[in-house]
Amino acid sequence: MTEINELNTKELTTWCPGCGNHLILAALKKAVSKMNLNPSEVAVVSGIGCSSGLPHWIETYGFHSIHGRAVPVATGVKLANHNLNVFVVSGDGDGYGIGLNHLIHAMRRNLDITFLGHDNQIYGLTLGQTSPTSEQGAKTVSTPNGSIELPINPIALGLASGATFIARAFAGNTEQLADLIVKGTQHEGFALIDILQPCVTLNKVNTFEFFQKRVYDLQSEKHDTSNFSAAFLKSFEWNPRIPTGIFYQTKRDTYTEDLPQLKEKSLVKQQQELKSVDINSLLEKYK
Amino acid sequence: MKDFVNWKIGGEAGYGILSVGIMFGKFCTRNGLNAFYSSEFPSLVRGGHNTVQLMVRKDPVLSQNFEVNLLIALNEETIQKHLNELSSDAGIIFDSKEIKTEKFKIKKSVNLIGIPLTEIAEKHGKKIMRNTVGLGASIALLGLEFDELEKLIKEAFSGGKDALIPINIAAAKEGFNFIKNRNIKFNYQLKKQKNKENIFINANDAFCLGAVKSGLKFVAEYPMTPSSSILSFMAAHELQFDIVVKQTEDEIAAINMIIGAGFAGVRALTATSGGGFSLMVEALGLAGMTETPAVILESQRPGPSTGLPTMTEQGDLLFALNASQGDFPRMIMAPGDAEEAFQAGLNSFNFAERFQLPVIVLLDKYVSEGNKTTKIFESKNFRIERGKILFSAPKNYLRYAFTKDGVSPRVLPGTIGTVFKANGDEHNEKGVSFEEEENRIKMMDKRMKKLDALKKEVPEPKLYGDKNAKISLIAWGSTKGIALEALQELKKHKIKANLLHYSFIFPFKEKTLLQVIKKAKKILLVENNFSGQFGKLIAQETGIKIKDKLLKYTGRQFYPYEIVNVVRRLK
Repeated sequence: MTEINELNTKELTTWCPGCGNHLILAALKKAVSKMNLNPSEVAVVSGIGCSSGLPHWIETYGFHSIHGRAVPVATGVKLANHNLNVFVVSGDGDGYGIGLNHLIHAMRRNLDITFLGHDNQIYGLTLGQTSPTSEQGAKTVSTPNGSIELPINPIALGLASGATFIARAFAGNTEQLADLIVKGTQHEGFALIDILQPCVTLNKVNTFEFFQKRVYDLQSEKHDTSNFSAAFLKSFEWNPRIPTGIFYQTKRDTYTEDLPQLKEKSLVKQQQELKSVDINSLLEKYK
Repeated sequence: MKDFVNWKIGGEAGYGILSVGIMFGKFCTRNGLNAFYSSEFPSLVRGGHNTVQLMVRKDPVLSQNFEVNLLIALNEETIQKHLNELSSDAGIIFDSKEIKTEKFKIKKSVNLIGIPLTEIAEKHGKKIMRNTVGLGASIALLGLEFDELEKLIKEAFSGGKDALIPINIAAAKEGFNFIKNRNIKFNYQLKKQKNKENIFINANDAFCLGAVKSGLKFVAEYPMTPSSSILSFMAAHELQFDIVVKQTEDEIAAINMIIGAGFAGVRALTATSGGGFSLMVEALGLAGMTETPAVILESQRPGPSTGLPTMTEQGDLLFALNASQGDFPRMIMAPGDAEEAFQAGLNSFNFAERFQLPVIVLLDKYVSEGNKTTKIFESKNFRIERGKILFSAPKNYLRYAFTKDGVSPRVLPGTIGTVFKANGDEHNEKGVSFEEEENRIKMMDKRMKKLDALKKEVPEPKLYGDKNAKISLIAWGSTKGIALEALQELKKHKIKANLLHYSFIFPFKEKTLLQVIKKAKKILLVENNFSGQFGKLIAQETGIKIKDKLLKYTGRQFYPYEIVNVVRRLK
């Protein structure tokens, strides 16, 4: 049994007191413990931003990469060793801004990866600029007169891109969040979990209170998670009520399932056992 | 009578110029001869002016040659554009019904060989088969037998296009007989030699063969000329060798994927050209910082920006050397031909894993797409060497432990009983972000120290020709064969010169260079770029500035005569 305290690190987090990221970290540990995953068989990959410090504070394998590139790094990890449980932790800037291209392609490939999108609708680490999910009109240090752009809709984007598990969680509800991480991880395929994560320092609009007043659980309202059209409609609901829970779930072969090269063994296992390769048949073609 | 030929075929893209060129090269190779293929074409799928030329002779051919001895003109433009390249006793095979040669000022000594190419092609099938008719005629003219061509046509079209076999053979045969029946005399005659089990291959394919042999397991690439054939080669063989090949959304994804795969413990490759490499730069530093093995093949083409996308240049050397912020160790190789590219494919993964760093292999269009007859590759002595990998976790394992040579033993994710963090931030031995001064110094020193150990294993540049020659050429990468051909030519002029050639660029080896510089009276730096980038590297590493430079940046490679002319003037 993997206990939560086995997942604690000696190093302390550097997030602001009260930051939603603490709750996401706690929920992730809870989920890993609940699924009884061996910490040595978990890889948590991140990019850059407040969220992306997370791999340092969970005692699993981790890769803290560069801005926006957690998804391709994680893709390489998963293709090399598909027996690992691979999580991507990313923010709205990292995942939905600079790295959005990769996210879309990972979803259509249906890689068996769990993506946690720490969505605080603001740039934290660079101190308060607008983000791809900032609401229209949001006043930030880079949009002092209010953002004039429409925000990205991660849920609708996930649906359009072919993700097979699409959910939204609120960091203020760690029970539900941990439960969604478990379900997303157990789901075979790409799990997109957009997490509303209040930034207590820089976003004075989308606060804990803001969300507490608005969020509701789709699963308590008999939402049909197999209905794509219903999920799409729900994805555009925001004010006054914000849906959380599973929007959509479907079954499709994962990317690694469709690779005959991986039928018997992971690449890393094959690599380990490989002693030599015979290329005579290749040389023949050039004679 | 001359026992060589420089054969050239020209026409629009879509005329089958490139494929017939490869077929002729294979044909010559199977006849025991040596061939060197070079091509020139614009960035178009259809139209534009395309040429392929092959230098063929009994002895090894190391480069392209300027003077053309047999020209196959599939259109008038070919005659107009290449008239000035013809030797005085050259031949031109052209379509007697479509091309009027009277409008060109062609020397009387040139053989005009009109053949109804289109008529013959259409009689047996389609107009596109003119290339095959021309090839059949060329072979007869050069005095070689038809049988190997028949076999090659069968091989080229078997499996899916079988219907094309008999009609292509018939078309080629009619072209062949057209010459034979008329008993046309030609001054360039090739003789079949004993088959030496040679192969006809370019540097891209040769690198791929080496990489497969070295146990490559993962390829992530975004297509970009002239590296795209790496992606298609690997994809074609992915199931045979259990390699996962991923065409990515962009080059940034490609390099980050191979870093993820390298971290997880498989041998991973990406290939690109300068534009794509520009996009990879940030992640290159990530591989350096996280000490993740990665192999990046960069086949250069002329920049800046899109530049001349289907042409050749050695313009990315300093870029590869300096790409990405900060100091971190990297290795740079620049194979000069297919044989060296095969060796690079074999060894780059061993170096990357043993020293836990990114290895950049620089090719360029000229070698990437320049097939040549070469001895079959030998790799009997090759061993996969993965360096310090631990397959079970020691107690208190530290991924970035300080060691004597700077290389820390690595476990792979999934190894039970431990964990670690790979981290693009400066970090402690565990991999956790750490900004303290003393640690920073130790970590930088640890990473950079790997270069000292690596440098000991990098071979010295090779010195070709007379050790005591008074003139020394210095070259790197793809200019190797051209400079070697130039040395042979200079011998004929009784000029003693040698060549110091670098196929391993960095870490930089200076010992042989300093000896050569001491001995030589004249040094000529030969580079296919504007600013003499390798000369700058030499100056950086040794403080020596080379005054005499032969630089070419037309988007085309040198011909041996260009080097010969400059050396003769140096004297």
